[in-house]
Amino acid sequence: MTVLVLVEHDRGTFAPATDEALTVGASIAAAHGTALHAVTIGSAADALAAGLGDYGVTTVHQAHHDLLTDFGPDAWGAVVAQLITSLNPSVVLATGTDRGNEVMAQAAARLDMPMMANVLEFTAANVGEMTRMRWGGSLLERASIAGSTVLFTVAHHSVAVVRTEGSAAPAVVTFDAVLDAAQAATIVVDRAERVAGVTLATAPVVVSGGRGVGSPEAFAPLETLAGMLGGVVGCSRAVTNNGWRPHTDQVGQTGTRIAPEIYIACGISGAIQHWVGAMASKKILAINTDKEANMVAKADYAVIGDLHQVIPAVIAELERRRN
Amino acid sequence: MRVLVCIKRVPAPGARINITADGQSVDTAFLGFTMSPHEECAVEEAVQIVERNGGTSTVLTLGPAEADEQLRYAASLGVNEAILIPTDGSDWDAQRTATAIHDAIVAAEATNGAFDVILFGNESADSGGFQVGIRVARKLGRSMVNGIKGISFGDGTDGSPVAIAKRESDGGHEIYHVPMPAVLGVKEGINLPRYPTMKGRLSSKKVVVAQHAADPARGGQQLVTLQRPPEQASRTVVLGTGVEAAPAIVDLLVELGLA
Repeated sequence: MTVLVLVEHDRGTFAPATDEALTVGASIAAAHGTALHAVTIGSAADALAAGLGDYGVTTVHQAHHDLLTDFGPDAWGAVVAQLITSLNPSVVLATGTDRGNEVMAQAAARLDMPMMANVLEFTAANVGEMTRMRWGGSLLERASIAGSTVLFTVAHHSVAVVRTEGSAAPAVVTFDAVLDAAQAATIVVDRAERVAGVTLATAPVVVSGGRGVGSPEAFAPLETLAGMLGGVVGCSRAVTNNGWRPHTDQVGQTGTRIAPEIYIACGISGAIQHWVGAMASKKILAINTDKEANMVAKADYAVIGDLHQVIPAVIAELERRRN
Repeated sequence: MRVLVCIKRVPAPGARINITADGQSVDTAFLGFTMSPHEECAVEEAVQIVERNGGTSTVLTLGPAEADEQLRYAASLGVNEAILIPTDGSDWDAQRTATAIHDAIVAAEATNGAFDVILFGNESADSGGFQVGIRVARKLGRSMVNGIKGISFGDGTDGSPVAIAKRESDGGHEIYHVPMPAVLGVKEGINLPRYPTMKGRLSSKKVVVAQHAADPARGGQQLVTLQRPPEQASRTVVLGTGVEAAPAIVDLLVELGLA
């Protein structure tokens, strides 16, 4: 009886999203009086073991194989499936990121087990029935999951992280994965990193524009404001559908789900598919001419006005105070 | 090249989703239907792959008889053939769905030859399980990568044919080589889907929709009840109106330690 958490990393760099699965895993292990284990995949991640004690992990399984040089959904899925078969844990979880959901589904497919994606609410003592997100979180589904091992992912940005720095380092166990070249054929063979700076997913400030911005050129003041605040520009689906901004800037159910310190939504009406991508923001400020707009009703703060006037005024006020 | 694209009939995005009194399904009385946004892009990509490389494209769905509408919409955009796995419209779990789709693919390939590429959407707009495509790929013994925003074809490092698939990551993008025949989960943004032409609409009416009957066992995850998230009363603090609100906005940014 153990709880096993998949540690997401990129060539050894810890993915902070894993914090959430580790926190949930610790609460389930505590409720059942069982041990919390974690798995890291590839020797590049071996150095992560020491820090996992801070979440209550007592044992880290370090999966090794010469073919585990970079991320590959098939290979990672195979490793998790093999470890489940070997360890027979009662619960296995990851955070519901792109990679987290993908690897857990790959493992579940290999074992022909169910896998509940994006769980929002659970009772630590009974994970046989949990509440998960549908429609990106605009609808909730209470669902049961059968089997002696429960596989699920935790909805990203839904958990308050619990971590005690300076905790004892966990025990380390090497897990020799069995992979053939075919299983490991699909891995990252090339990558491009953006030049520098913050991304939509990690920026502390997102200044976002909707249909109300009116044109690609009219995003310039939003760019200026975002730059002054160390943030980035986002947009709604209407904007990408009009070809004003690339899809990489899109916030929402089919774009990026964000969680900045503040989300400044300019001229965005706030359709539910947009809202679910922005709702994890710590604070939301809506700037809109329509005081009845959904975004205004749901925001923490609102300014009723034309973004084309308000944003330049905010820039001027910031410049005035900085001088 | 033979391309298959798998889609799902879902209520049109943007509408308020209401739940039936028994909490078991979405009340569809006043809803329009479409396919999931990622799948609209997968259909467009299937059509473009055939335009560039020659071959045929096929669209497949599992759903009620009304899903004929989504199959014909795909046909109106240029997809050549259509397969429907009919259900009574109830919500099938991911394992049951994947088994039925796998069986239909095996049957279609036995008759007409293997599909070189099978496309899914990254996840369905409604149930969002992030797994049906992966389960189908595994049952077929093929590799799959999800979250794809660019597809081309070429040779792998050992010279064997691969799909070259691009996926966005937090800090940029990643390139995968997926051995052929490949399965790929497509994400919105890979292309801008076209609109159907009048000619396309007319010819889509003539497409024969092949039916594949399936009723596999239920999987291990079952719906208990659907709920709407609790509605929060609006607690919006209005900072002001127009340009006069600018100082209050800056005050807020300073208070949050962001300016």
